[in-house]
Amino acid sequence: MPTPASTARPPEHPPWPPGLTRVPYWVYQDPALAEAEQHRLFQGPVWNYLCLEAEIPEPGDWRTSFVGRMPVVVARTETGAIAAFENRCAHRGALICLDTAGRGAKDFTCVYHAWRYDLRGVPQSVAFGRGINGQGGMPEAFCLRDHGPRRLRVAVFCGLVFATLDPDLPDFAAWIGPEIAARIRRVLRRPVEVIGRYTQALPNNWKLYVENVKDTYHASLLHLFFATFRITRLSQGGGVIVSASGGHHASATRMPAAGPDTSYQGMRSDEPQFRLRDPRLLEVADEWGDDIQLQILSVFPGFILQQIHNSVAVRQVLPRGVAETDLHWTLLGFADDPPELRALRLRQGNLVGPAGFVSMEDGCVGGFVQRGAAAAGAAQSVIEMGGAEAVSQETRATEASVRGFWKHWRAVMGL
Amino acid sequence: MAGDALLRLARLNAAYADAIDSDRLEEWPGFFVEACRYVITTAENHRAGLAAGLVWADSRAMLDDRVAALRRANIFERQCYRHILGLPLLRGEADGVATAETPFLVVRTMRDGRMDLFAAGRYLDRVLLAEAPLFVERIAVCDNTRFDTLLALPL
Repeated sequence: MPTPASTARPPEHPPWPPGLTRVPYWVYQDPALAEAEQHRLFQGPVWNYLCLEAEIPEPGDWRTSFVGRMPVVVARTETGAIAAFENRCAHRGALICLDTAGRGAKDFTCVYHAWRYDLRGVPQSVAFGRGINGQGGMPEAFCLRDHGPRRLRVAVFCGLVFATLDPDLPDFAAWIGPEIAARIRRVLRRPVEVIGRYTQALPNNWKLYVENVKDTYHASLLHLFFATFRITRLSQGGGVIVSASGGHHASATRMPAAGPDTSYQGMRSDEPQFRLRDPRLLEVADEWGDDIQLQILSVFPGFILQQIHNSVAVRQVLPRGVAETDLHWTLLGFADDPPELRALRLRQGNLVGPAGFVSMEDGCVGGFVQRGAAAAGAAQSVIEMGGAEAVSQETRATEASVRGFWKHWRAVMGL
Repeated sequence: MAGDALLRLARLNAAYADAIDSDRLEEWPGFFVEACRYVITTAENHRAGLAAGLVWADSRAMLDDRVAALRRANIFERQCYRHILGLPLLRGEADGVATAETPFLVVRTMRDGRMDLFAAGRYLDRVLLAEAPLFVERIAVCDNTRFDTLLALPL
């Protein structure tokens, strides 16, 4: 009688090739890996973006956010400090805060059984803890203080609020390094004001979106608006800063040189016949004091700060499943914007977001990879533009910061 | 008079939706006056008085540019909408301009046949009640704050 050739056990992943220039497609597909990322990465040694300080200006103001899939409450405490804790009642695990945001809270009470927490998430009281008429209630030995939701370390940098569950992670500024810190300061140097929010639901693994953000090579090839209107072309000056860890980056495009540029001739993304009937979309106010007209910056794992001309936004990348990602956009102005500059930002907002002339394409291209590589888990993508290293370069014709992402990711995931 | 305005608004809405849903996008800017305002935003932004939207245009030329971009520049998968519009609620009328609200549902069907409820909300309109009525302002306020993949075609 013949013995069965094999069982139906799923195949093991092939070993990761050496170096940073190949990435196997199973990293976007494996549910077990996505589960491991929640624990090792999002709840591990990283600073996760939560919200803006300006969104919770007064004591008692709060917002709900996420660390990976972990729901989190961020609150301004009585002392003016910012605290963050898991949005999970210590009793039965219900959400403590149900809404997106609130103001002037003195404390938080879970709706399920009215367990109460202070603004730092420290449990304060249990409803009917002593029972009724001497009957029921919690045992004498029960110590409420031992049962709070997990509290996070919080860092505030240039008005951005980050948090981590890792007690040993270096301070935020040290963790991102001086070069990335300087590029955040370059944009967020005045008090900001939120001018709009929306969420783009991406049909792909979260890493495909973060790679896209770090991919300085694609921008002027995929996005006709970038190349045709010279918002960013690889032939313009600029470069990419990659942090020592690899995980953080800042790319810059400098203003175009005067005169013709034939480097994109014949490419789809250069359409010299394409003209705007209302060219005010391309007007730029000089507010940065340098010649950088576009800067895209990321902090590992899922924070992005964007400056495209005068359009400023932060983006939070949150995994919702193996092939589902939520991209939360918060569009910013500065509190002291004169009306004309604010109108310019609103007009330039047409470049970004789900309906953005540029960003709509980033919204779908991750799905193209997710679907294209659906049956190619063991195959590998090629990330070799600009060499094999993950270091800063004076060009954007490189995938250095994509390699940097994988360097940091692999170090955290131990793969 | 109010009945007449209501009928004109309903006709305008029906023709507007038909132009978009039948892929005659080039006709879409023609439903607006030249110095118009067209915004797509969320109910959350609208309630909070936040001005930025997913689309923000303060001229008909910007709408022409959006159509040109969709036709010639932007990359997105073939898709179509079906607008299901409620009856316009006439809020007021002064100096030949009606203020009205119309609820909408937009179903999106993709190239591969997948169909989803893509957006729900209401239009907040100011309409010039001329012989052929035109939008002075159309704010599409979506109840949903999440948008699947991308919003290419106008709402």
